[in-house]
Amino acid sequence: MALTDKEMLHVAKLARIRLTADEVGHYAREINGILKWIEQLGEVKTDGVAALSSISDQILPWREDKVTDGNIQEQVLKNATGAEYGCFTVPKVIE
Amino acid sequence: MSNPLHMSLAEARDALAAKKVSSVELTEAHLKAIDTLNPALNAYVHHTPEIARAQAKASDEKRAKGTVGLLEGLPIGVKDLFCTKGVNSQAASKILTNFKPEYESTVTTKLFAEGAVMLGKTNMDEFAMGSANITSHYGNVINPWKSKTAPEKQLVPGGSSGGSSAAVAARLGYMATGTDTGGSIRQPAAFTGIVGIKPTYGRVSRWGIIAFASSLDQAGPMTRTVRDAAIALQAMSGHDPKDSTSAKLAVPNFEAILGQSVKGLKVGIPKEYKIDGIRADIIAEWEKGEAMLKAAGAEIVPISLPHTKYALPTYYVIAPAECSSNLARYDGVRFGLRVMDDGDNLNDMYEKTRAAGFGAEVKRRILIGTYVLSAGYYDAYYKKAQRVRALIAQDFKDAFTKCDVILTPTAPSDAFAIGDNQDDPIAMYLNDAFTIPASLAGLPGIAIPTGLSAAGLPLGLQLIGRMFDEETVFKAAHVIEQAASFNHVPEGY
Repeated sequence: MALTDKEMLHVAKLARIRLTADEVGHYAREINGILKWIEQLGEVKTDGVAALSSISDQILPWREDKVTDGNIQEQVLKNATGAEYGCFTVPKVIE
Repeated sequence: MSNPLHMSLAEARDALAAKKVSSVELTEAHLKAIDTLNPALNAYVHHTPEIARAQAKASDEKRAKGTVGLLEGLPIGVKDLFCTKGVNSQAASKILTNFKPEYESTVTTKLFAEGAVMLGKTNMDEFAMGSANITSHYGNVINPWKSKTAPEKQLVPGGSSGGSSAAVAARLGYMATGTDTGGSIRQPAAFTGIVGIKPTYGRVSRWGIIAFASSLDQAGPMTRTVRDAAIALQAMSGHDPKDSTSAKLAVPNFEAILGQSVKGLKVGIPKEYKIDGIRADIIAEWEKGEAMLKAAGAEIVPISLPHTKYALPTYYVIAPAECSSNLARYDGVRFGLRVMDDGDNLNDMYEKTRAAGFGAEVKRRILIGTYVLSAGYYDAYYKKAQRVRALIAQDFKDAFTKCDVILTPTAPSDAFAIGDNQDDPIAMYLNDAFTIPASLAGLPGIAIPTGLSAAGLPLGLQLIGRMFDEETVFKAAHVIEQAASFNHVPEGY
């Protein structure tokens, strides 16, 4: 499953990372090498093996559905490059 | 009194208790040493002398009133991955430039409650991705050790917790926090001749630690002795309702276990770790460790972990997949860097910010992760890796029916020079061949220095234990430490 430059560009778009034309070729080559190495996993028989998403044996805890934190608007906005009127600012989304 | 910098954490604790020294004095000695030695190492990247002095003064006052925490008055370093209130916490990334959290991570909250004094934030690989500390936005960390055969070369301190390992090895802190996703505590500990433990997944709260791969990340201490690691881990551990994977278990008194006999303890030696082309000195060191435990009464048991060779490729699917999802939050909106030009739309801003803010290794991992999670490839790569991960975890479960603890080398080599292994990402990834399997299985692993290579650089061993059985790991590590009596320090430190 070799990754083409076109696919690399698509993946970069999904990841929201802008790549130059040179970078597309560079990352495609590098990642193809890594994917080829990863493909050795195909040798392992995994029929009937359940996929493991967490190593923890414990069941995720529940808690009462009540507000335990909040009213910290100032702190939440403090590290933003753009904040006005108590909101994060972003470029215009609707034309 | 001896040089306070040359004491271990436990010795400094005892000197404070005996009123032979004050926390203010210990802190000043460390701050002075950092001023002199850090420029050549680049181990500390954010200095917090005002905080350190205030904490030291408060600690001395607290002690005078008779209240003493586990780390009362002891100066430490904190990896840049931990969020510390009002202090730059950037995961060594440009994308988090000037990020000053409005909250304190659970680990640092606990450390401060136990009396620790923060000297500063330590350097690391960007977002903890790397094995040589050469991907940091702040620049490389230099290992305080020098090779006897090529003393002109600058060596890497290991990674990703390379600032922490270099700082502790250079005696610029009695302890530093590390985090370990695939070996980021243990491998740098091995490269700098110090002790580092990655506890069981769930032992230490991840809350407030900038996330890399959430199913693997664990924090732990890096220290100069096993006793120091036991004391520090106890201070860091414990259930935290803010981390849903944090274990609801009581924290044992780890220090109390040290010195107990290993008579009859079954020590597993996995045959699959004798990988093709493994260096003879690494094998010799491993056999030395085996002999030390045997001499102390332990029983050596050959074991098999059949899926070992698949651990690395499994990790390099799962960790990038989780990283691509965790790092999606860095978008220029809520914190850190924002890059945009006039007329740009929201997507332009996202793409430009992330292109400028992330380094090459982080981008590579996000791209791999995005690819293996994308439609059409999810089952072939990600699901497959999760299934192999289950088999790797099962290997360890089977092995622990035959033994109580597993002994392996920590790293396949001693510290290498900056620039080595840099052209081929897979060659760099191989550094973690011995540490990644235990990470995938969530098991505790400790790195202990045992000897020096022909180049005069530290070599060490790893002990892996059952889930939440750090006690056995510490007990056996202490026996090896006593037998090896590794008391070498890097020249000039």
